[in-house]
Amino acid sequence: MTDLDAFRSDVRDWLEANCPAEMRQPIRSEADVCWGGRNWNFQSDSQRQWLDATAARGWTVPDWPKDYGGGGLAADEARVLKEEMQRIGARPPLTSFGISMLGPALLHFGTEEQKRHYLPQIARGEIRWCQGYSEPGAGSDLAGLQTKAEDKGDHWVVNGQKVWTSYADKADWIFCLVRTSTEAKQGGISFLLFDMETPGVSTKPILLISGSSPFCETFFDDVKVPKEQIVGEVNRGWDVAKYLLGHEREMISGMGLGGGGSLGAAMKPADPFLRAEIAAFDVDALAFAAMSERFAAMWKAGEAHPASPSMMKYAGTELNKRRNELAMAAGGSDALEWDSDRSKKGRPSRDWLRSKGNSIEGGTSEIQLGIVAKHILRLPGA
Amino acid sequence: MSLLTDDQKMLQETAASFLAEEGSIAKQLRHWRDIACKDGFGHGLWKQFADLGLTGICIPESQGGMGMGATEAALVLEEIGRNLTPSPFLATAVATPRAIEGTGHADRWYPGILSGESVLALAVDEGPRHAPQRTALEAKRQGNGFVLNGSKQFVVQGGSADMIVTAARTAGSPGETQGITLFAVARDAKGLEVENVALVDSSKAARLTFAGVELDADAVIGEVDQGWQRLNAALSAGRAGAAAELVGLASGASAMTLDYLRQRKQFGRLIGEFQALQHRAAHLYAEIEIARAAALKAAALLDAGDERSELYVSVAKAKCSDVASLAVREGVQMHGGIGMTDEHDIGLFMKRDAVLGELFGDLYYHRSRVAELSGY
Repeated sequence: MTDLDAFRSDVRDWLEANCPAEMRQPIRSEADVCWGGRNWNFQSDSQRQWLDATAARGWTVPDWPKDYGGGGLAADEARVLKEEMQRIGARPPLTSFGISMLGPALLHFGTEEQKRHYLPQIARGEIRWCQGYSEPGAGSDLAGLQTKAEDKGDHWVVNGQKVWTSYADKADWIFCLVRTSTEAKQGGISFLLFDMETPGVSTKPILLISGSSPFCETFFDDVKVPKEQIVGEVNRGWDVAKYLLGHEREMISGMGLGGGGSLGAAMKPADPFLRAEIAAFDVDALAFAAMSERFAAMWKAGEAHPASPSMMKYAGTELNKRRNELAMAAGGSDALEWDSDRSKKGRPSRDWLRSKGNSIEGGTSEIQLGIVAKHILRLPGA
Repeated sequence: MSLLTDDQKMLQETAASFLAEEGSIAKQLRHWRDIACKDGFGHGLWKQFADLGLTGICIPESQGGMGMGATEAALVLEEIGRNLTPSPFLATAVATPRAIEGTGHADRWYPGILSGESVLALAVDEGPRHAPQRTALEAKRQGNGFVLNGSKQFVVQGGSADMIVTAARTAGSPGETQGITLFAVARDAKGLEVENVALVDSSKAARLTFAGVELDADAVIGEVDQGWQRLNAALSAGRAGAAAELVGLASGASAMTLDYLRQRKQFGRLIGEFQALQHRAAHLYAEIEIARAAALKAAALLDAGDERSELYVSVAKAKCSDVASLAVREGVQMHGGIGMTDEHDIGLFMKRDAVLGELFGDLYYHRSRVAELSGY
């Protein structure tokens, strides 16, 4: 038996003993996702046990170093863990922007002190983070942001407004892009971390066309932020922001995978024209799944182009929009119901409407294509 | 999915430099086209394939080959596609060996494949669209052997082949997989009429008419009536290979087009500065990357003997056909008027794509097959 086989066998035994039966049920809705945080209400004892058990082993973030609350697993061990969790249908013990976005940026740009302070809290699901990037006047042109942080000696004072802040109303802390200089556009941005309970911070949820409110407007009115809560150097926050966006885009591209099953097999389209469209979609979805695997391997091996998450994000989100369009077509009038139990409270139509944001959030498809044209294809003037 | 091994990377580099140098459009495709070569490819180059060991990629080491598989074949085919190199590699060295492996026919033909002296072809289609299950070419028992009547078409390099693996019906009716038998047929067999047809891309494919072709029992490859599995194995290898060749073709067309976008000026600007073209080029880039991943996944599953290989072979052929077609259409359009001239190479990519896209089933055939294999 190789070391990896032995590891797999240990993982299997451990999962058998520690993953509660309820946590092996498919995720039915947003309510089943564990986001953690100071004010988190565990949906059940099982959800709490599952988070505690995995966090104790560092397996909420298997490939982070042990010193920072991670599992310290090598790439192939982390893959084995993932496979074994998938095998029993285990839910992710913890989903958070701390894990998927801030953590990688801190590992890369944070000071030793910052890593030791923030990363273990993320790994244990103690602090829920939100992302303060977009502003009313800075969407696709993100670097045009105006939220200002003034240097007051031992602290910063932040004033301004963010928009499209995911779950700002539920988050404990924010990682936030602020302008610390007007001398240069990208070169005047800094990356701050602060508590959402700091006086002067307020949030207002935005009702979407899908009927849900995953985003907020976030306002800062003379918010005092301790000086050391900056990641990277002053006016060098754009580097951190871009690095983090790469991780965000990689995460969003996962939407292209859908639930993993064949749309045609789920829908059994009787209409021959619809069947043909869905088969064309299934081909693209399976090809994208192969790409996703290949990309992950290349990314880990350092063989992927740094701008390639833009390609993945573009392809994955466009695919998810198509999946939802076809699911609506195949569902017919059943899929139009908005709040019936039959439709699981309008799941098809709400998912369909929500999916329209996929190719906007995290940088629009057009922005991603521009990045590919400039950084990968090296086209002139891009 | 794991990335390439060091050996695979070395093979890829060898194939890339060999084909860019010796297999270039000027040296091969245009040369043989312009002198109206009857084979549509050069036997000298085929010999060079053999000297590098490439013709033995899919032949077991115990029989003198390299004992590699679909992944290695895909790496070579991507380079063939990039250079539009005409050669019997796909039919002779990738698809047909799977049809004859483990039989006396392998012992008979592998040495010629390894030395680059033999060309083998695979005769499947009987109508203008690929439908192997509908094989109708009749093979009737007669004495100790069989007599064949019927026709085949789109037999790639059938006019140059020494032996043609032919799918015929010994039982059942068209549409059934049972009752298909594979035969090894010599091109000069009595009663076999071979029409060597030039295709749009200057490659050659034969139309075969079998008028009472008499074969001995030992012409049968494998078991009588049980040829479907072998045929399918050969087709899977051929489809995965064609998919990889299409990826190379799409990459080659795209690279040529990107070069053009970086040099051609209009309105006082490089046309590559126009966002309308940048976004289309970036979309194409994403699609080619996805197509390559699908082709490599299909090859890896074939090599692993994984049950999902059937599904992924069709995914790969459908996706790569789709994407290569986009690449050549965008290529000709973005080149503007020069792209319509015979002098420019971009049009050659469009012609080759049309043939490769059709070979072993086009995207519609394979989308439909994906639906069937997925249960709808």
